[in-house]
Amino acid sequence: MNVNLLEAKNLKVSYGGINAVKGIDLEVKEGELVALIGANGAGKTTTLKALCGLLHPSGGQIHYRGESILHTPPHRLVGQGLALVPEGRGIFGRLTVEENLAMGAYSRDDAAAIRTDLERVYHLFPRLAERRRQSGGTLSGGEQQMLAIGRAVMSRPKLLLLDEPSMGLAPLMVQKIFETVLAVAKEGVTLLLVEQNAKLALEISHRGYVMESGLVTLADEAKALLNNPQVRKAYLGE
Amino acid sequence: MDIFLQQLINGLTAGSVYAVVALGYTMVYGIIQLINFAHGEVVMIGAMVAFSVIMALAGAQPGLPPVVIVLAGVAAAVPVCMAVGYLLERLAYRPLRHAPRLAPLITAIGMSIVLQHLALLIWSRDPIAFPQIIPLQVFEIGGAAITGVQIAIMLVSVVMMAGLSAMIYRTRLGAAMRATAENPHVASLMGVDIDRVIAVTFLIGAALAAVAGVMVGTYYGIAHYTMGATLGLKAFSAAVLGGIGNMAGAMLGGLLLGVVEALGAGYVGELTDLCHASFLSDALVERCARDGHLILFGSNYQDVFAFLVLILVLVFRPSGLLGERVADRA
Ligand SMILES: Nc1ncnc2c1ncn2[C@@H]1O[C@H](COP(=O)(O)OP(=O)(O)OP(=O)(O)O)[C@@H](O)[C@H]1O
Ligand SMILES: [Mg+2]
Repeated sequence: MNVNLLEAKNLKVSYGGINAVKGIDLEVKEGELVALIGANGAGKTTTLKALCGLLHPSGGQIHYRGESILHTPPHRLVGQGLALVPEGRGIFGRLTVEENLAMGAYSRDDAAAIRTDLERVYHLFPRLAERRRQSGGTLSGGEQQMLAIGRAVMSRPKLLLLDEPSMGLAPLMVQKIFETVLAVAKEGVTLLLVEQNAKLALEISHRGYVMESGLVTLADEAKALLNNPQVRKAYLGE
Repeated sequence: MDIFLQQLINGLTAGSVYAVVALGYTMVYGIIQLINFAHGEVVMIGAMVAFSVIMALAGAQPGLPPVVIVLAGVAAAVPVCMAVGYLLERLAYRPLRHAPRLAPLITAIGMSIVLQHLALLIWSRDPIAFPQIIPLQVFEIGGAAITGVQIAIMLVSVVMMAGLSAMIYRTRLGAAMRATAENPHVASLMGVDIDRVIAVTFLIGAALAAVAGVMVGTYYGIAHYTMGATLGLKAFSAAVLGGIGNMAGAMLGGLLLGVVEALGAGYVGELTDLCHASFLSDALVERCARDGHLILFGSNYQDVFAFLVLILVLVFRPSGLLGERVADRA
């Protein structure tokens, strides 16, 4: 439980001249569920994109399973078990639900196990099973989020990065998504969860990080953060 | 002879070739939003390479069956065109992938000029005539004639389009191509090597172009270093007509353009025969009594029809016949 699956040191990311992430330290241990919270524009999405190789950091180090992944392209990281459910879900609207799920398993070649996993995802989300021949673009927002998570699960990730899975969803659907996130964690997947819904995120997490304008300002046990007056004031609406 | 049916057959033949070439434009556009203006030159190179091989073989081995000779030409043209397509992407377009869109577009136009002049250096200004090796076979259907070459062109095109569709809609690579076309970043998160998918797209387009080059050269009996320009422009128009980025649209657009062009050529003379309106002036009456016809526009105006249809469609459906409405994309 004490091995660092992912470790970022002094991570910096900039867009042209704009420094969006200004040197943060972040670690996720095997089996953990870690929350990353912060206001709009704090740099959470930028951090996740850098971790999975979509953006090149302008400075710092990233180690995944003990090895530097600074120069590993995203399409190779999936094969090594590092997956991202992007902000806004990134569903392929013109591919069918089943094709979207198959894309999740693109990096694998164990056809029989892929089929079993497909049935597991359909079991987890019966709604997706009903709509397996429908194109992804015709799903509702909540269904698309289920599809995005199901698709990521299809890659058999060791570490799953989730960028605001509850964004834009009705309360009931938010509940359902959080239950799913917990279910995925229970299967042994390590999770780094970015959320606007700080309360729910911290309640299900072991630890949490708070980001403010490109910097990590707080890092603690999730329970401690939930009781932190500063956090309560800024992110829990008290 | 039934002009309508005859022109329909001629139009479908030319249209199948346009469709195959249009697929090359539309696939590349669908994946990297680049109009590969050099694609027409790849078709031309396919025709030139194939004709060189066909000429040499027909001269050296006159006893060989014509099908074998033509297939040898295709077998030479396909790998050469694939190499050209691959190099275009690798050397000219990939370094500019993140540049403003105007840069790769201008580069594409530049590459088309480079390829044309390369062909000029290799094959000179003189056109290569297709050797008379294929015996003319004519079949009658409903008062119109169809040649063996026409049948072969349509069959080969249909087989290639069906094969390509099966590849795109039934295979893992095809799914990766469609996913990349929609969202390359997310596709890469799924494990798709975007660079590889883009390279494969160029290779497929170039292979189709090679076969199209042989077909169009065989049909018109001639290959020339400038033939890629007009053909490329028409195939590109066909892709736009059908909705650029849409594969079914490219096929439909190609066939439609071919048919409209042929029908236009078949009827433009009669439609613009001023003798239909000879009552307008006594001079006309006299002239028509003597010659029978006073044709304003001859069949050399056929290109006008093709582009007229293109303009009309774009006025009423700016995203093409099968293209998604632009608002849906934003
Ligand atoms: N492509 C880009 N080009 C320039 N600046 C960008 C780009 N993407 C993000 N930024 C800037 O970087 C900063 C961090 O953005 P980021 O998307 O990481 O924030 P976030 O914490 O995910 O916010 P939100 O909660 O709204 O999703 C913001 O100031 C944003 O304007
Ligand atoms: Mg974000």
